[in-house]
Amino acid sequence: MSYHANEKGYYGEFGGAFIPEMLYPNCEELRQNYLKIMAEPSFTEEFHQLLKDYVGRPTPLYFAERLSEKYQTKIYLKREDLCHTGAHKVNNTIGQILMAKKLGKNRIIAETGAGQHGVATATVCALMGIECVVYMGEIDIARQAPNVARMKMLGAEVRAAKSGSRTLKDATNEAIRDWINNPVDTHYIIGSVVGPHPYPDMVARFQSVISEEIKWQLKEKEGRENPDYVVACVGGGSNAAGAYFHYLDEPKVGIIAVEAAGKGIDTGESAATSALGKVGIIHGSKTLLMQTQDGQITEPYSISAGLDYPGVGPMHAHLFRSGRGEFISITDDEAMTAGLEVSQLEGIIPAIETSHAFAIFDYKKFEKEDVVVINLSGRGDKDLQTYIDYFKL
Amino acid sequence: MNRIQEKLNEDKKLLSIYFTAGYPEINDTVSIIESLEEAGVDMIEVGLPFSDPLADGPTIQESSTAALHNGMHTELLFEQLRDIRKTVNIPLIVMGYFNPMLQYGVEAFCKKCHEIGIDGIIMPDLPLDVFQEEYEAIYKKYGLINVFLITPQTSEERIREIDEVSDGFIYMVSSASTTGAKSGFGDEQKAYFDRIASLNLKNPQIVGFGISNSNTFQAATEKAKGAIIGSAFIKYLTQNGTENIQSFVENILD
Repeated sequence: MSYHANEKGYYGEFGGAFIPEMLYPNCEELRQNYLKIMAEPSFTEEFHQLLKDYVGRPTPLYFAERLSEKYQTKIYLKREDLCHTGAHKVNNTIGQILMAKKLGKNRIIAETGAGQHGVATATVCALMGIECVVYMGEIDIARQAPNVARMKMLGAEVRAAKSGSRTLKDATNEAIRDWINNPVDTHYIIGSVVGPHPYPDMVARFQSVISEEIKWQLKEKEGRENPDYVVACVGGGSNAAGAYFHYLDEPKVGIIAVEAAGKGIDTGESAATSALGKVGIIHGSKTLLMQTQDGQITEPYSISAGLDYPGVGPMHAHLFRSGRGEFISITDDEAMTAGLEVSQLEGIIPAIETSHAFAIFDYKKFEKEDVVVINLSGRGDKDLQTYIDYFKL
Repeated sequence: MNRIQEKLNEDKKLLSIYFTAGYPEINDTVSIIESLEEAGVDMIEVGLPFSDPLADGPTIQESSTAALHNGMHTELLFEQLRDIRKTVNIPLIVMGYFNPMLQYGVEAFCKKCHEIGIDGIIMPDLPLDVFQEEYEAIYKKYGLINVFLITPQTSEERIREIDEVSDGFIYMVSSASTTGAKSGFGDEQKAYFDRIASLNLKNPQIVGFGISNSNTFQAATEKAKGAIIGSAFIKYLTQNGTENIQSFVENILD
């Protein structure tokens, strides 16, 4: 049994392409070409060159000595926070901009919540000199002003999504509508392992460089490629998909997915999809999603904008349903406390998304000899104001 | 024979109207349907509102949000339509997005439609292959016609595949757009209408998107069997309420 996507884009019962016919030609063009293009030597060469020289890969696998001491286990941090633009998101946008060029597209659209994926998309568009439009919820634009400014400085146009709840879900709807209206010249760079096939698989493959590196880096440090556990936070789930990718079919490697409980699972203000979601269709994918009894998609809540999504990528829905992955949900307060602890024990201020992954030690006990790799998906610069307000710094 | 198939056999160009159930007011559903039939409309798409209507432009989005806010939901729509066949004879089609149908239960949904006297279903985000593998038999069992969409970008091969699976009409999206985005037809649309007409499909085509008045209705139905108006009607309801639906329809058929 494999935990990867099959050729129709299904992970178990999850995935597929539940899209209106208007999107069929776009997705079909991508589906027919993505694996072929990703296998072309000219593509892989340019992709890896840019990851090395522009993004700054490989990112270090760092042994966190003081954290390990505190929790009495061997903790390694995969330093995606050191990527250009401050998070793993750029691995995917580099891959997709090259894909767009191969497909002959001359216009890029993207959605963004906190602005990280928007910035990563605007960055690669500037790099390649391609027109870029980023959709962002009107509410997110107001609360993420620095990232809006970064996108503008990089030459992107930021368009406000004013429909629905005016956050990430609606920004995604608007980007999809743009793609319906511009089916020929435009490529849509989705920022996570969500959306219709082939996006979840394609994005996971671009992010798989994370676990590809962990394997040889761990071999150097521990004499073995496989850790006992790999831990990542999950919103849509792209950093997690990349960190798990080469371990999905290695049953001895424990997979731990950390979701945002928000103010608590039962408070009505949460984004813990595995706990609160039911099978449904969101943004063209069959997956677990938070919805009313009537199938209307509901608005999630998390202090971290990057985990504030009512669904989860189909890969993760399958990891949850099959029991292959262990899902833990962490509240705002637990995440913030863990973020402060990592800052003071290791001198690394994590993004609040990532802070959730550091808060699992109250819920999950590890053996002293266990090797636990935590994907440090992003840095906390963008979250400084939230940290300041929370801790009254 | 299903009411849709009977209607398609009539020797005339068909006018079909879409409206969002629960808009402008929660209990307008039945009276809007009755007024439309009285005004001479041939077929009606009753929109089941959804929180995230991907294929729709602002007009239908806003009507959907308002309808949900008014309290519309699947079971309530079925209750409102329970006695609709006592007064209305024209074909009725439920149009919406697949997730609410999935949550209701596809078989339960189809069974309810059959009991009420709904003739067909349009779920733009239920893909052809999934329909065939999982749901076609259920639709058939309850005598429901599934309507598929095609667009100017749909390949001939896929159009023929859709034609094969369809047993009513093909919903021909006039241009690459969301609903209500563009109005009027240029040379590109005319070429597309001609191209589809020349394929000699077994199912007649009804054109939707971009039709808002008598001129666009005429242009759309020059080759096709009929046309669907959605956003323009919703806008009319927003501005004029449900009182004078007759005059909206008269202006189209004029």
